[in-house]
Amino acid sequence: MTEVAATPAENTRLQRTLGILRDVMVRPSGAIGLTLVTFHVILAVISPWIVPYDYKAMNSLLMLNGPSGAHWLGTDHLGRDVLTRVLLGGREALLVTGVATPIAVIWGGLLGIFFGLVGGRLDEVLMRVVDAFLSLPWILKMLVLIVTFGTGIEVLIPTLAFFYGIPVIRIARAATHDVVARDFVSAARARGHGRITVIRRELLPNVLDTLMVEGAMRWSWMLLAFSSLSFLGFGVSPPTPDWGLMIADARGFMSFAPWGVLGPVIALSSLIIGINLTADALAKALGIDRAQKAPV
Amino acid sequence: MSALIDIRDISVGFVGRDGRTREVLRNIDLAVAPGECVGLVGESGSGKSTLALAAMGYLKRGLRLLNGSAVFSGTDMFAQSRRELERIRGGQLALIPQNSGQSLTPTLRIGAQLGEALRLHSALPADQHAAKVVELLGHVRLPDPEAIVARFPHELSGGQQQRVAIAMALAGEPEALLLDEPTTGLDVTTQAHILELLRDIAADRGMAMVYVSHDLGAIARVCTRVVVMYAGEVVLEGSTRHVLKFPTHPYAQGLLASIPKLDDSALPIALDGRPPAPGDAGAGCAFADRCALVQDRCRSTRPQLEASESGGTVRCFFTKEAGRQQGQIIGAAPARFSGGDTMLDLDGLAISYARPRLLDQLLGRGTDVPPTVDDISISIGKGETLGLVGESGSGKSTILKTIAGLLPPAAGAVTAGDQSLPHMVEHRDPGQLRQIQLIFQNPDDSLNPRHTVADILEQPLKLYFGLTGGKLRARSAEILERVRLGAHYLDRLPSQLSGGEKQRVAIARAFAAGPEIVLCDEVTSALDVSVQAAVLDLLNDLKRSQGTTYIFVSHDLAVVRALSDRVAVLYQGRLCEIGQTDQVFEGESHPYTKVLLGAVLEPDPDAAPTLAADDIVERAPPASGCPFQRRCPRRLGEICDTDTPPWQSPEAGHFIRCHISLEDLNVD
Repeated sequence: MTEVAATPAENTRLQRTLGILRDVMVRPSGAIGLTLVTFHVILAVISPWIVPYDYKAMNSLLMLNGPSGAHWLGTDHLGRDVLTRVLLGGREALLVTGVATPIAVIWGGLLGIFFGLVGGRLDEVLMRVVDAFLSLPWILKMLVLIVTFGTGIEVLIPTLAFFYGIPVIRIARAATHDVVARDFVSAARARGHGRITVIRRELLPNVLDTLMVEGAMRWSWMLLAFSSLSFLGFGVSPPTPDWGLMIADARGFMSFAPWGVLGPVIALSSLIIGINLTADALAKALGIDRAQKAPV
Repeated sequence: MSALIDIRDISVGFVGRDGRTREVLRNIDLAVAPGECVGLVGESGSGKSTLALAAMGYLKRGLRLLNGSAVFSGTDMFAQSRRELERIRGGQLALIPQNSGQSLTPTLRIGAQLGEALRLHSALPADQHAAKVVELLGHVRLPDPEAIVARFPHELSGGQQQRVAIAMALAGEPEALLLDEPTTGLDVTTQAHILELLRDIAADRGMAMVYVSHDLGAIARVCTRVVVMYAGEVVLEGSTRHVLKFPTHPYAQGLLASIPKLDDSALPIALDGRPPAPGDAGAGCAFADRCALVQDRCRSTRPQLEASESGGTVRCFFTKEAGRQQGQIIGAAPARFSGGDTMLDLDGLAISYARPRLLDQLLGRGTDVPPTVDDISISIGKGETLGLVGESGSGKSTILKTIAGLLPPAAGAVTAGDQSLPHMVEHRDPGQLRQIQLIFQNPDDSLNPRHTVADILEQPLKLYFGLTGGKLRARSAEILERVRLGAHYLDRLPSQLSGGEKQRVAIARAFAAGPEIVLCDEVTSALDVSVQAAVLDLLNDLKRSQGTTYIFVSHDLAVVRALSDRVAVLYQGRLCEIGQTDQVFEGESHPYTKVLLGAVLEPDPDAAPTLAADDIVERAPPASGCPFQRRCPRRLGEICDTDTPPWQSPEAGHFIRCHISLEDLNVD
């Protein structure tokens, strides 16, 4: 037998991750997106220490004042500093969606892979259930649960994780179908590998890429949904600052005090655009076709 | 006569990640006169498609024009507005792409798609379009054009789709056609028909054609002049006869030698190495690293294109030596089987894809649909290679899948050695699994893109031999050596390998199991001819050293001839003929075998295919009688539809299943 020195692997997992990261960063969309997302996440973590005012401090003398040296983004209808509230307003949203997204992707992904593998009648029947579920407007479904169980993080996280996991089932199932049809899976089966080995070694690495991109997209949709719930008064309760809630509060004064709406809108959209751009760059870096977008 | 397509000194390139401009085409001149058909040949990556597309002022994404011009009929294509280009493209200058099935809109009926082409590019008044559509479809010899008009693309076969694409290209009454591998991926019989059609169209209308193909057989049939490209340069140009029969460039010689010949059972000769990547060609001749005649001068100075004696041009310092070398290269004789014990026995194998209808299931009845594959009984000796040939849909791959245990047979048994194999892979024991290995057509699909070469090779080694650690790696490296790849490949991913290297890794994976039987499913059809020759040589080598039994499935009869001891011909999942390779290729044969052999295109301008049968595609085998009844050019009559033909044997070991008597089969 020839002796071979164990050369350092050129293609370790770490190197692949770094390579993909580099690939994301060299694309304009990836660079801009990732910067926006990182900025928001860091801000959410450190904002309690850098805000200029107390977010609940009301001041009847400062109601709906425009931007000034003391209040860069002006004050709201209760005289609270808008900048302070914008800086703090993403914390709840990021926390809830940050926890709910991985849960949604994991449970939806596992179930989707399972359906994809089982196939046949069971798969057909269960997918029609999923379709039926997806055909209902999301806000209706969510409101039913929230009205039944109340608001608060302990309800919002499972609710969002549940509803946003359902479309993931579809994606994971389709990705599984694609991979299962490929010859390397047949090759592994023909060699006589066990079912678990085939799934773990051949299937999962290829499906995970798709799920990662899907997770990023779910995250942005979930953020929108969370903000919409807050806007409707079913998410974060006052006086906790939240972008959705702030938009709802300031909406009535938009004609003469637009700064109250502008701050949270810019904050929320920059985060969502950031996530979308990152997801796009990630999909391109991974070579996944994003043409088939999931319906929500 | 002035040129219709006049490409001058064109260079096309892209900017690489390192910021360097890398040239895909380097200073190419190409002039095509009206009525002339020029073939562009070369390996993949030689720039032939890029050149053809540049003729219509089109460059693929990321590429840009660095130098030169492309003039079509007096208009500089790279200086036109988008609008003007749209008018010319598809009108006076039309493209027929490789995969027409994908370039037709799936939701539009054929008539509507052709109508659109007419609306854009034809001067005819709108009320005559419908009639013109039918006329065009008839022109490309589609049967029943009135019915085709109302069909959707997916309802047509690959050959029919290609004909629709040709009809669409003809809609604008073009002066020139650009054809980019128009018959690649089609069955031999279909390909031969399409090429005849193109020849006739070109002759009738006096159209100029630029025909891009890696298939020298197709080029020989259609083109009057051939341009051989290598690494973005023209290396040889001349009349088809001169280029194919008396090539004076070593690369063209190598390319020709790497094509298996139908009338010769020698192995083709591999052209080792691979072309330099764009921008890496260096100062000397781009082909220097792979050339047998290379001298110091070739590495330092780039040869110029010079007029050759035969009236063409050639880019080589040593054309005289190359001319002398031609014809002296003779392929090695393949390892031949000399008889032995039975290794694999298929007994009355039948395979059915049809699912029984719900009602039949409930009543416990069987289906009345004839099985996809039926009545396959073949026994193969130890160390023998059986070639399995037939058109797409003939059940070749299906049979391999059943032997490998991936698809359950509806009837029959598979015996390997002296053990009867359980039908499904899950029920076979490790010894039985190790014994049979499968190699797939496309390594891009059969190698997991996320696994390194080491990962790929270690799987069978761990599974069958329980190797671990250093031993595992050492053994993987040893196996890589055997497929002529170095140990430094171990840590690469499939995406970092060339097509030929990938297929070698797939072969290495199969041989890592130390199998007795290797099932090869079209293993060379996704590869360049030069690479194909190397893979065939490797398979032959492994057969000699390991005594492996092969079942070799291919639609390419010349490839089958080069490697097989015995050949079985399949039509619609039924055996038509089986015998020693020479018996099948040279002796009396089944009408279907004759059709297949007649349709093969050889890289020889003097050889013409015979087109005996229509190139229709049958979707299901007939319920009774001979499977070939509907297409047979020598149909006897009623008996072919009703009675299963008998096996007849003209010689020991040679069997033909036909109603026609052996004496009559002999006469054409």
